[in-house]
Amino acid sequence: MRFLGAGILGIITIALIYALDSKIGPLPPVGALLSPSHGLWKNAESADHDFNLDLKSAKLNDEVSVYLDERLVPHIFAQNDHDAYFAQGYLHARFRLWQMEFQTHAASGRLCEIIGEKSGDVSVLEKRDRYFRRLGMVYAAERSVKNMEKYPKQLEAIDAYTAGVNLYINQLNPSNFPIEYKMLDYAPEPWTPLKTALFLKYMSYDLSHDFDDFEYTNLKNHLGMDLFEKVFPIMADSLDPISPRGTLYPTTLARSIAPASIDSLYLNSRADSTNGFAFEVEKRSTDIGSNNWVVGGAKTVSGRPILCNDPHLSLNLPSLWFETQIHTPEYNTYGVGFPGAPAIIIGFNDSIAWGVTNAMRDVMDFYEVRFKDSTMNEYLYNEKWVKTEWRTEIIRIKNKADYVDKIPMTIWGPVMYDATYGSDLKDNKAYAVRWTAHDAGLEMNAFMQLNRAKNYNDYLQAIRNFQCPGQNFVFASKSNEIAWWQQASFPAKWRRQGDFVMPGWDSSYAWQTQIPYDDNIHMVNPERGFVASANQLPADTTYPFYLGGEHDLYRGIIINRYLRQMSGITPGDMQKMQTDNYNVMAETARPLLLKYIQRGRLDAKGKELLAKFESWNLRADNESEGQTIFTEWYKELGKMVWLDDITRADSLPVGFPQAATLLEALLKDTAFVFLDDKHTTDIETIDEIITQSFEQTVRNLDGKPLGWAAFKATGIRHLLGGSLAAFSRLDLPIGGGSNIINAATGNWGPSWRVIVHMTDETEAYGVYPGGQNGNPGSKYYDQFVDQWAKGEYNKLWIIKSETDAGAKAKWKIHFKPAA
Amino acid sequence: MIKFFATLVLVGILGWLAYLFADLTPWWAFAVGAFIAGLAIPQKAFAAFLAAFLAVFGLWSFFTYQIDDANNGLLSGKMATIFQLGGSTWALILLSAAVGGITAGLAAATGTLLRKKV
Repeated sequence: MRFLGAGILGIITIALIYALDSKIGPLPPVGALLSPSHGLWKNAESADHDFNLDLKSAKLNDEVSVYLDERLVPHIFAQNDHDAYFAQGYLHARFRLWQMEFQTHAASGRLCEIIGEKSGDVSVLEKRDRYFRRLGMVYAAERSVKNMEKYPKQLEAIDAYTAGVNLYINQLNPSNFPIEYKMLDYAPEPWTPLKTALFLKYMSYDLSHDFDDFEYTNLKNHLGMDLFEKVFPIMADSLDPISPRGTLYPTTLARSIAPASIDSLYLNSRADSTNGFAFEVEKRSTDIGSNNWVVGGAKTVSGRPILCNDPHLSLNLPSLWFETQIHTPEYNTYGVGFPGAPAIIIGFNDSIAWGVTNAMRDVMDFYEVRFKDSTMNEYLYNEKWVKTEWRTEIIRIKNKADYVDKIPMTIWGPVMYDATYGSDLKDNKAYAVRWTAHDAGLEMNAFMQLNRAKNYNDYLQAIRNFQCPGQNFVFASKSNEIAWWQQASFPAKWRRQGDFVMPGWDSSYAWQTQIPYDDNIHMVNPERGFVASANQLPADTTYPFYLGGEHDLYRGIIINRYLRQMSGITPGDMQKMQTDNYNVMAETARPLLLKYIQRGRLDAKGKELLAKFESWNLRADNESEGQTIFTEWYKELGKMVWLDDITRADSLPVGFPQAATLLEALLKDTAFVFLDDKHTTDIETIDEIITQSFEQTVRNLDGKPLGWAAFKATGIRHLLGGSLAAFSRLDLPIGGGSNIINAATGNWGPSWRVIVHMTDETEAYGVYPGGQNGNPGSKYYDQFVDQWAKGEYNKLWIIKSETDAGAKAKWKIHFKPAA
Repeated sequence: MIKFFATLVLVGILGWLAYLFADLTPWWAFAVGAFIAGLAIPQKAFAAFLAAFLAVFGLWSFFTYQIDDANNGLLSGKMATIFQLGGSTWALILLSAAVGGITAGLAAATGTLLRKKV
């Protein structure tokens, strides 16, 4: 009897421990997680944690000293590149291991391994893993790794970095895994060069995925080409391009010639509902907002250039960026890098500084592929049947059998959509993706060379390694040179090439050649004394090649306006400008809106809101009510003007025009063809539509707080998303927004603000919305968030020599080569 | 009574050791300790349960409180929100201690019952 009792109790005890050790549904392994020796408590970092450390590795050539300052910024002092990258790898892993592995898992379509086939109602398998595999992310990363073998310096760097990451991983045991591993119940695996390549491809993806081809095709077929040109014009009249109007673009290359069949096969509209792409495509965020500019010495108080950069990206915790200084006998570089890759990505050294924004050019196009039959073993190309090559992707799924995805590879690239994927595709066709990220780029090489660049020529040589995505590289040197190059390998396109899905059976629709690097748009020491980019078009249509892509308009206008007016500039002026909330789009729109609104029709509430809008100072500050009213009003106006015309009867997705398009059209033509609401028998005019949209705005805003920051609710979300609000920072008191220099929107914003003054002793300021330590249990996790929201900066401490480091550094991590 | 305290002290010491050697042991090592204490010290199963429960409950409360204090309640507040404990650090400490205590109690009681048979 007692034996039975012992048996039952024993089974209960073991079952309990087993249950507490397992991840059940969305619940983490509760017992393991609550244990003071192994669980969350182990991740609760003491407020006065001691970060000092002595380490040994046989992979090191020499000693490395890393000094950590009070913001936990590491200052690496190494005797050679190899050791510097080794230390950088170790530090990235020490402070950001979970995020770097999670992001590479995501990029390589491996989330099912961690999360399972589904997360809530969302199919992780279809929406994430198959999506990235079929887009060719692993294919592209593998090609980059293979290509690296030809470049011994890059290979050595990546091997050293990998060894550094793995030194940290090998020291870990389950009790001190980062907390996300404990919550999701998995373990880190060894780092590899492929993972670094995957991370860099993920950045290429983030900045250059462009699936608009499908929606544009739907809309073009619905409206016809003439009206389509009005909805998505290739250039706005108010454009102030990066390279000023009037610039000449001599080129030795002939313009690309469009195929003869373009009218019948490509631009024609086929407004029949059987021709359409029914799936919702992944949209690149429209909340773009990166800025960079350099003012030359003639415009500054010191007589030396000042470089400013604030790349805007999806705001997440842990942050994408990690601040670091790397000092070797050859160079001394400070800036931010990506946990997951060696080198400094945006930064400066003792001679030069550089920064980047996204070029927004279209480097991803889709081709319709005609297969001979459902086996997809042969496809039509120039009137011949060509054999398909197959790529097999094995997707492991937690608690389930593997999913095997067989991807047809064509002359264009992988077939992303076919009968097996994008199942709600109504037309039963197949589409292959052509993307410059597949072309084995050497992006890392560009940054490694920039880190040690001493002058303009070094900078130019360095950035020419950069192929995808298109970036605006600005440059400043202590010898008073300033420059901007829009760099990438860009296909030389004919007008509208790649805006719509192209016929993949006809080679005349292929990208014909690459724009020679010398013909990429650039400015060097311009007379006006500054260079500036803000995701706007780099040039007007004088440039001989088609640019493609959706570009920003208003930030470029306001930045150029400020910089033209300013002189005697100080870093303080640049801080003010970088966090400026002036809304130049509203400045343009307000006279028009006020001119046509029928005031007599408004009720008391409407009159009150209109008065607030009228007296608004056009600044999107935290408490601004005018900004809230304008945003809502313009959104309603856009919906009223566009939706009745662009919506297809079969409700296939068509995309939504850019915000600037409507305003530009109304400024030119108050009888704009899309103004009338087709759903009514009356003919609506501009005053009618403007008044109606305002009345709707008044209803929408009824009972809501009008203060702008509360209304837009900028938040920085943990990488695992909404369920982890506790690891996120939501509803931050920050102004700004779309079309404003301080372009902080709901989940998008300035991911690193930096200002570098190229005086003899470099003076630099920077801040990013996060903190150096990725551990949510560390006080350094979100250390800079409040500062960032307020528009405050950290003065960057650039250590000149190790003797200086000793006094001010708080901690030291010392690496020794093992005997 | 002496056996009760002996169990309590032995479970406490073994639990402490398991905590110190976290790098080498699984998180449930303390339960093995409680089981051994149950085997070693003859007494009623319920008394063994209670002694082991109190030992680990006390030990884990102490550890977690100490850690939490040094961390200024930063992580426990976040985790208590995720565990839907209203962000209460104290609730999370008590929950942790209770999970440890119950597991240890059951293990100790199993040990006692098994001993009587053997």
